Amino acid sequence: MIVRILGEGQVDVPDSELDSLNALDDAVQQAVDGGDGEAFTQSLAALLNRVRQLGRPLPDEEIVPSDLVLPSADASLAEVRELLGDEGLIPG
Amino acid sequence: MGMGRRLALIFKAKANKALDKAEDPRETLDYSYEKQLELLTKVRRGVADVATSRKRLEIQMQQLQASSDKLQGQAQQAVSAGRDDLAREALSRRAAANQQLADLQTQHAQLQGEEEKLTLASQRLQAKVDAFRTRKETIKATYTAAEAQTKIGEAMSGISEEMGDVGMAMQRAEDKTQQMQARAGAVDELIASGALDDASTPLGKQDDIQRELDSMSAGSNVELELAKLKGELPAGSGSAPQALPEAAANEEKQ
Repeated sequence: MIVRILGEGQVDVPDSELDSLNALDDAVQQAVDGGDGEAFTQSLAALLNRVRQLGRPLPDEEIVPSDLVLPSADASLAEVRELLGDEGLIPG
Repeated sequence: MGMGRRLALIFKAKANKALDKAEDPRETLDYSYEKQLELLTKVRRGVADVATSRKRLEIQMQQLQASSDKLQGQAQQAVSAGRDDLAREALSRRAAANQQLADLQTQHAQLQGEEEKLTLASQRLQAKVDAFRTRKETIKATYTAAEAQTKIGEAMSGISEEMGDVGMAMQRAEDKTQQMQARAGAVDELIASGALDDASTPLGKQDDIQRELDSMSAGSNVELELAKLKGELPAGSGSAPQALPEAAANEEKQ
């Protein structure tokens, strides 16, 4: 599974880790929905650390779309909201 | 749906939109490649801009540091001359300079972070653009519509995601640079207004604290000279003031 961390590039994470990542991703999602900035920063940091720990960086010249795109560690809640709202995707 | 997946979908949606517009998907490849080259140029310029701003900050930080050191010296000089009021003034200006310096240091660290990120992003993009060009030519050479659709779709999704990411990094760096420039301008104004002493002021043009310290030491020099002159007065001139008991004693002896 290819995961992009915005500003850092892409990593390849074993598919077997999907469930554990999903759990962490859900926490981030909840924080975004609930508008909880502090919970967002914490849950995002936890998710990013896990991804960096598990992931193998992709070579620069590889061109593949990601299955998962994550905001950079210093992204604010407002920035992520803006990103999500950008294309008018229905949240859910 | 998780947030990470939603963000991934946004990038894919953008790539698909670009692909849908083209009659021949191969044109999309060429068009996208042009855009990639444009972005690459922009990113390189962005890296240079951030570096320029960082250097400007460094110059200001040096100025503020020199200013702070000078004010410290002035405060010491004033205290030893018994002028606490002047020392207090110098110290409060020094505190203001140090505050500015601390702010600039924070900004400097941020800017350096953005510069590093952008440099890496530019290297990543360069590698991807090169790879894209090769892949584009391969796809075009072996073009069969059905097969190409998937390959083009994947290449487009991958590269547009990278471009989106780099574009965001550029935006962030630009924002930080603008904030920093506003701050740098404010510090320049502060220095120009004289509220903060600019230690790089050419010799001969002095701040008010220095002027007062200098006039004090000049004043005491005058007193010393005066006393010396009086001591050298020829004996028996008759007009020797009583402030010079030695001369008076000499007169009595005669």
